[in-house]
Amino acid sequence: MQKVIMQLDELSCPSCMQKIQNALTHENGVAKVKVLFNASKVKAEYDENQVDSETLKQAILKQGFTVKDYKIKEIS
Amino acid sequence: MSIWLNQHKNQIMIANGGLILISLASYGFKLTSIAQLSMLIAGVIGLLPIISTAISALRVKVVSIDLLVSIAMIGALLIGEYHEAAIVAFLFLIGEWLEKITLKKTRSAIKQLTDLAPKTAILLTDGQEVEVDVDEVEVGDHVIVRTGQQIPVDGTVVDGSALVNQASVTGESKLVSKTLDTEVYSGTVVDNGDLEVLATQVGEDSTFGKIIELIEEAEDSKSKQQTFIDKFATYYTPLVLVLGVIVGFITKDLNLAITILVLGCPGALVIGIPISNVAGIGNGAKNQILVKGNNAMDALHQIDTFVFDKTGTLTQGNAQVKVVEKFNDQALQAFMYAASLENHLKHPLGEAIIKRFGDASMDYQVTHSDVIKGQGVVGKVDGHELIVGNQQLMLNSHIQLSTENLTTINRIQDQGLSTVIVAVNQQLAGILGIGDVLRADAVSALNELRNLGAQKLVMLTGDDQKVADQIAKELNLDAVYANLMPQDKEQLISKFQANHQRVAFVGDGINDSPSLVKADVGIAIGSGTDVAIESADIVLMRSKLSSLVHVYGLSKANMKNMTENIVLAIATVVLLLVGLIFNKVNMASGMFIHEISILLVILNGMRLLKYHPKLDDDQGKSAMDKLKLNQKLEE
Repeated sequence: MQKVIMQLDELSCPSCMQKIQNALTHENGVAKVKVLFNASKVKAEYDENQVDSETLKQAILKQGFTVKDYKIKEIS
Repeated sequence: MSIWLNQHKNQIMIANGGLILISLASYGFKLTSIAQLSMLIAGVIGLLPIISTAISALRVKVVSIDLLVSIAMIGALLIGEYHEAAIVAFLFLIGEWLEKITLKKTRSAIKQLTDLAPKTAILLTDGQEVEVDVDEVEVGDHVIVRTGQQIPVDGTVVDGSALVNQASVTGESKLVSKTLDTEVYSGTVVDNGDLEVLATQVGEDSTFGKIIELIEEAEDSKSKQQTFIDKFATYYTPLVLVLGVIVGFITKDLNLAITILVLGCPGALVIGIPISNVAGIGNGAKNQILVKGNNAMDALHQIDTFVFDKTGTLTQGNAQVKVVEKFNDQALQAFMYAASLENHLKHPLGEAIIKRFGDASMDYQVTHSDVIKGQGVVGKVDGHELIVGNQQLMLNSHIQLSTENLTTINRIQDQGLSTVIVAVNQQLAGILGIGDVLRADAVSALNELRNLGAQKLVMLTGDDQKVADQIAKELNLDAVYANLMPQDKEQLISKFQANHQRVAFVGDGINDSPSLVKADVGIAIGSGTDVAIESADIVLMRSKLSSLVHVYGLSKANMKNMTENIVLAIATVVLLLVGLIFNKVNMASGMFIHEISILLVILNGMRLLKYHPKLDDDQGKSAMDKLKLNQKLEE
């Protein structure tokens, strides 16, 4: 399992959270998604054999958000 | 496409607004067709970013506000109400823009903190210094930090020495000296000197990283009310869409149907609670108070009983040896052994012994040490059996105290000092009277807590009754419990809770994590230690009781603010519904009221950022208290 932490451009609508949440959970292999509205961050845990972080980033870009930077961490 | 539209929302908003102005001017000059055309274009341009957002959301099965607004606008365009469509788009876009600006301002308090996180590090590899991104530093790496630079990792000094400003982690701006083998923290700043540091914790695992993560999670933590409203909003929006369609079919009044769609945006209700939350947590962060989320705020504002640990909480915790009683010639030697024994245990009384007798005794070999909780410590120093602790420990260790000894002990305790008895090889060597100084702001802070609504102020301590009573008198406490073991503290808290009291426990995070966890709200004061950060609900990084007053007042203000926002949001919905029934609200004015209500809840939330209790800090009256108390203790 890996965990990606993405810093987005300032989020300003609470409904954005649900969009991002759904956009990521619809990808295969994504286990846990947490959208931090005020910190404008997305934390997602996923199985790197099924999906890569780039796909997740694209899913968010498709929703019209900008991903400023992202970090990947190995988790057990 | 959707990204482009998103990034150019501001330009679209301006174009849309400009066209509306042109159109209105054209009406003035009776150029009706130009006016109509401008409005149509304005409507269509405004629709683009909104509908694009709506569609991308719909792809992931979210019925968003944008969808309602898009359908309403298309409807308006179809029935020729171009100006309604154009104005709704303008209001919606400008509303979003204003929300973004005000939200940014509200979040600024926390942003300032996270911006303090180190970004680069000078990595030492094969004797070469390379500047790298802080994320590239791994545990075990050596980094170089020079004057004016930020320490990028938690670690141990392996070379050099420096004065370090640790305000970002401890809240204390006093410079701390760092030399070989001392620990340094990420996010702190080298004021003067050079250090080579061996990284032990990096990034999110460092103390500062944890603090930031904690605050980021806290500002987005959800209260019970929030969870309910989120659920509500998930169903509310699609429901409004269905309602609009049904009303449209039954009444054949498209105008009414699209008005319902616009009114169906749950805006202020959805944003009202998070905005109060982020502003409240942000206020805390700005004042070096970490509140772990909205539930902690909620619980704190209902607290009626504050239970304080004595040492390090009501007192400064840096106790001093004030009385030395020697029973034989070897007493001084015994005290030095005791200092060595205490050297690797972190106990306030022990620290005092080390401070007084430690310097010359550091060469002694400690071969065994065993802490007996609430009693003291036994061990072996340079081959001698040491027993250092209270009367109970002597009793358990079969060391006889004569009547004369007991009189001495009583005399010392009557001065409000703690006694530590030292025995070497089963022989009584001497007694130390150790006293702690009350925190400068203790009296004023406790008064303020009462003014803010605290009913009972209670102190718990492992010290004996006399010391406790002395302090209780000074501070006008409602109750004191002395001679307690750590687990007794926890049990007392349960007892208060069984008595329907809502209990906050305030401790320094050393030895009292069970109580921090047990209490309705656990508050750790004056330490950014890992244990405190993990077990407390609230961490006061500044070692000041005025921070406690601040956060208690803040919690009350925060909950009031949240209630105001909920009332405001519900009032808006009711107002709009009534207006709709009496046919006084149309699409544009509905959108206007809706956007105003969102801005009002944000502005109301922002007030919380400025919250500050009246009597705070170490100034004025509390400075007087400090003088008075210290005089008393000296006497």
